[in-house]
Amino acid sequence: MIDIIINITLLTFLAITSVAIMRMTNLFAVIMFGIFSLLSAGLFVVMDAPDVAFTEAAVGAGISTVLMLATLALTKDHHEKSPRGHRPWLPLAVVGITGAALVYGTWDIPGFGDPNAPTQTHVARYYIENAVPETGVPNIVTAVLASYRGFDTLGEVAVVFTAGVAVLLLIGGKRSKSSTKVTHERGQDEA
Amino acid sequence: MKPNLILHVVSKFLIPLIIIFALYVQFHGDFGPGGGFQAGVIFSAAIILYALVFGLDAAEEIIPSRLLRILASLGVVIYAGVGVVTLLLGANYLDYSVLGSTQIAGQHLGILLVELGVGISVAAVMLIIFFAFAGRGRE
Repeated sequence: MIDIIINITLLTFLAITSVAIMRMTNLFAVIMFGIFSLLSAGLFVVMDAPDVAFTEAAVGAGISTVLMLATLALTKDHHEKSPRGHRPWLPLAVVGITGAALVYGTWDIPGFGDPNAPTQTHVARYYIENAVPETGVPNIVTAVLASYRGFDTLGEVAVVFTAGVAVLLLIGGKRSKSSTKVTHERGQDEA
Repeated sequence: MKPNLILHVVSKFLIPLIIIFALYVQFHGDFGPGGGFQAGVIFSAAIILYALVFGLDAAEEIIPSRLLRILASLGVVIYAGVGVVTLLLGANYLDYSVLGSTQIAGQHLGILLVELGVGISVAAVMLIIFFAFAGRGRE
């Protein structure tokens, strides 16, 4: 009973936040994204997935909010109001049809925590029965991520590393900074 | 930026706690929720908080960007290196069972090392991205 109340409360807040995101200007919308992530993290905790909740709270509410604020500080506001002839009907129809298809898709999804769901009947059963005796790690999520699916996680770390390298190549780099500093100083000397 | 006394005091109080929590999540990830990825993100959040409150230059003095690049690569090297070690010990790539005297000891050691690699890499990359974005607007 209390679960249902918590779920409904969290979902209501999520809906309110998403409406707020649509109606707000850039700076507050970013903060709203952070609140949305925090609420999602709460929802994950209710669903007994604290590992995912951790990630959502730290990445979604923390780091990505800061990164979005940093991006806002970098970009200038050239946003123009939508032209007069803009008609909302086509985007609205696309969103409506997509949403209806997604809702239709949920009808066939087995209930939350259903032991006969396809995801629970393949390898999940093996992990639950064998992960602790085979690895000695009580947290099965860690055992699966680091040991059984070590290749996947290695790939994920490579993806994270590649993202860092890509950002460095695109907008980071000492060279451009020092060269701008040199020209700046030169300009001051001339002045 | 004008120094804000409340922000300074509160963040000086919070940052050590955040870092200790990150280390807890890192090394207790076998027993409780969490693991390398979460720990890395929480650790970088502590440094980002420091950078937001005390300025980017102060944060770059603690962790220079050269060190960050080395750490980001080091994490991947640790992870992939564990796999190479298991190969040399005669097992499959990333099969940790041969790392210890028993299968469980080996798995435990392997998971700990691999998660450490993930944590180092993720923390360093998050900080690299943040410094790249924030340093860009400084000019």
